[in-house]
Amino acid sequence: MSDVLSALGEVCADVREGLPEEGVLGVLPAMVAAPRTVAEAAEVMRVAAERDLAVVPRGNETRLDWGRPPARCDLLVDTTGLDRVIEHAAGDLVVKVEAGLTVDRLAEVLAAHGQRLALDVPLPGSTVGGTLAAAAGGPSRLLYGSARDLLIGVTMVRADGRIAKAGGKVVKNVAGYDLGKLLTGSFGTLGLIVEAAFRLHPLPEARAYVTAGFGGVREAYQAVQQVLHSHHVPSAIEVDTVIGGPVTVGVLVEGVQQGVGARAAAVAELLGPAADVADAPPDWWGAYPGGSTLVEVTAPPTALPRIVAELAEGGCAGAVLRGSAGVGGWHVGLEAGEPPAVAGPLARLRRVLAPLPGGAVVRYAPEAVREEIDLWGPVPALPLMRRVKDQFDPGHRLSPGRFAGGI
Amino acid sequence: MGLEGLARRFTEVLGDERVITDPVRLRTYECDGLTYHRAMPGVVVLPDTAEQIAAIVRECVTAGVPYVARGSGTGLSGGALPRTDGVLIVTSRMRRILEIDPANQRAVVEPGVINLELTKAARPHGYYFAPDPSSQQICSIGGNVAENSGGAHCLKYGFTAHHVLACEIVTPDGEITTIGRDTGGYDLLGAFVGSEGTLGITTKITVRLTRLPQTVQTLLAAFDSIEAGGTAVSAIIGAGVVPAAIEMMDALSIEAAEAAVACGYPPGAGAVLIVELDGPAAEVEHQFAEVERLCRRAGAFEIRIATDDAERNLIWKGRKSAFAAVGRISPAYLVQDGVIPRTALPRVLARIDELSRESGVRVANVFHAGDGNLHPLVLFDDSEPGAGQRAEELSGRILDLCIEHGGSITGEHGVGVDKSRHMPRMFTETDLDTMQMVRCAFDPAGLCNPGKVFPTPRLCGEVPGVRKEPHPLVQQGKAELF
Ligand SMILES: Cc1cc2nc3c(=O)[nH]c(=O)nc-3n(C[C@H](O)[C@H](O)[C@H](O)COP(=O)(O)OP(=O)(O)OC[C@H]3O[C@@H](n4cnc5c(N)ncnc54)[C@H](O)[C@@H]3O)c2cc1C
Repeated sequence: MSDVLSALGEVCADVREGLPEEGVLGVLPAMVAAPRTVAEAAEVMRVAAERDLAVVPRGNETRLDWGRPPARCDLLVDTTGLDRVIEHAAGDLVVKVEAGLTVDRLAEVLAAHGQRLALDVPLPGSTVGGTLAAAAGGPSRLLYGSARDLLIGVTMVRADGRIAKAGGKVVKNVAGYDLGKLLTGSFGTLGLIVEAAFRLHPLPEARAYVTAGFGGVREAYQAVQQVLHSHHVPSAIEVDTVIGGPVTVGVLVEGVQQGVGARAAAVAELLGPAADVADAPPDWWGAYPGGSTLVEVTAPPTALPRIVAELAEGGCAGAVLRGSAGVGGWHVGLEAGEPPAVAGPLARLRRVLAPLPGGAVVRYAPEAVREEIDLWGPVPALPLMRRVKDQFDPGHRLSPGRFAGGI
Repeated sequence: MGLEGLARRFTEVLGDERVITDPVRLRTYECDGLTYHRAMPGVVVLPDTAEQIAAIVRECVTAGVPYVARGSGTGLSGGALPRTDGVLIVTSRMRRILEIDPANQRAVVEPGVINLELTKAARPHGYYFAPDPSSQQICSIGGNVAENSGGAHCLKYGFTAHHVLACEIVTPDGEITTIGRDTGGYDLLGAFVGSEGTLGITTKITVRLTRLPQTVQTLLAAFDSIEAGGTAVSAIIGAGVVPAAIEMMDALSIEAAEAAVACGYPPGAGAVLIVELDGPAAEVEHQFAEVERLCRRAGAFEIRIATDDAERNLIWKGRKSAFAAVGRISPAYLVQDGVIPRTALPRVLARIDELSRESGVRVANVFHAGDGNLHPLVLFDDSEPGAGQRAEELSGRILDLCIEHGGSITGEHGVGVDKSRHMPRMFTETDLDTMQMVRCAFDPAGLCNPGKVFPTPRLCGEVPGVRKEPHPLVQQGKAELF
């Protein structure tokens, strides 16, 4: 071990033994390396390959408790030292950054130029790399798409320590395969994301949040449909509800000052007399619901009433459901500590959503629950995914066992 | 089994009508939109269903015969160039729109559905299919998926990749499976879209439909020079406006369009800019006034604003006919497709002008100015010895310029056979090797549209760094953990 540590120490200045509090879902890393350059990261990964180390990348730990524990974890690669803005081409609305930069910090840099990365991060402090690896997103994906849609170039360190890139730093580019999309949502199982280039958008001159409460999901759903099919081009249409209780619908309108006022008023009209227009988001906006278990539900927008009904009938009264009603992606926060209390409603959801198509993935849960249930449910094309994994990581050393299908 | 044997098997699956072996009829399929690459396909099949395609692919795999998918054959990089020793699988009979679902803003189509037909079907519901390549009257959605096609309006609305939610595919093993977004697993769909038919054949596509905008406003601005037009583009983008489209043409391409369709653009213009804004009326009106002001400030000597669809079509007519129109001023031409960061436009265009003068090869410039996607039309006389070669050289120099400026060798037409040799100028060996790991995962036998995109195939057996002995955990009997 000290031999491995010194081999790592030769290529990376910041290498040490793992600390007890650094466990990944309870699996203690023997070592931690924090490279400060891409070249250093590549060297670390090369040594890890030579020494057959299982590697788990770590950003700011906002989602390290997602998925399953790694089957092994010899080395944590901490990316937070890779935090440079490599290039912000403001005139081209493009930015290229290192993966350990936080999305919040990036937002500050861009805001100084009146620009933004139109990607909401539900968890403050998330790094760019972690956000990509977890394919995280928030309300504004209705208009701007999610992380994979804004990513225009990526650099990764492969399992064998070689540096590879795809895409570039121009918005329009179809040369070669789009590895960026493949890496987005791969949870550290295909390679270490070290750099990313994004397309940017101008910061809107004005924003308005239009919210209204509804007695039940039916009425809320009707309101969502009204706004979705309107001409007002909302940036987001969100819902927030406690299962069994009233439902709040929130709509974000962005644009020029003159336009936003008129559009927000028109949206308020669609939402009914109780609608409220504000400059600031409601406090639940874009945040994951609380609870010890987080379930991500994906289905076409029309599935909303059905999802709420299934949760109610599945014994989830009191759970919070929140998310993008215009896109068809929600999160449910369950308080349940016992496996059956999660497994029951989960099975119901998966059964009704499968044909739509849709699904429900458990992101995090207490250990007892996590060990008992299938976190992903059926994942189509899993055999192909395994073959991709085998190509990218033939030794199965990158975040082994963390992902769908035991990948 | 040879091709003849295969053709007989196909006839059993598909019937006589759907299997073409007659050389005269095969000739129809010998090239796509890139007509200077030609090859007679060994056999052409016209399946109706995914199951038939799966059966065809399985037969090809068993026989070790390469196969190529083809939609409408409008591709401009030779992606659908057939193999003389292989099978061409044409989707033109798979033209059903299976579902229009406005409540969920999506539609499900077969791969041969023509791009514009989907928009026509969605329009009565208030929707359309946003990717709008200029070829949209003839190109197929399967082809759009394979090429990740764009269009004049992709500056605001994105490319095909942004509008595809799921694809049913026949894998290169001949299995039918579905890949989609947000399924919890890898985003195989993201890798598949734009893979130019090398990762399988899509047989059913779920796309996002986009709400028709409340208002569309279009203007044409005439400038003395390309530089002045470029200044206007920068000013518009810099002001935080995201136009639906922003297109530029130079003097030579205006001359060609004038000769071909008499579009009546302002005489004497060194460049024209077409700017289109769409969206909520309250938003568009305000921004449109700003665009007009910025164009004037950049030196526009004439601005025309379309007041109705007829006038809008007139403005677009010149731009949309530009490619074909250069036929009026030159016996032959090459269409190039390169990308540069938008801010490099003035420098790169000036350099193209220099190169053109030095070599005596004329270049007409038409481009999607908003995203720096250049379509230089390199003109030559094919009856003149060596002219084609010189045009090719200049066209290649333009790609070099794109790479030097941090751009790309293709913005929308794809790599195909045409540009695979340029790939190593943009990507390292490791980059290309890594991309081909995806290819090896999907198509280890390398039979699915081989010879496209990558200059040299990767041998899928030779996985670098592959473990020679079983993993310790496998030995311990814990392999299923992985
Ligand atoms: C006049 C003209 C204007 C054009 N304008 C534009 C433009 O503005 N923007 C733009 O992006 N492109 C443009 N193109 C290029 C071309 O139209 C697009 O690439 C289009 O998407 C190709 O569609 P297709 O059906 O003709 O495909 P094909 O040419 O038949 O095939 C293209 C590629 O797709 C593969 N393929 C076809 N069907 C499938 C399938 N079902 N599954 C898997 N792979 C498949 C083929 O193997 C091939 O590699 C233009 C072409 C022309 C001739």
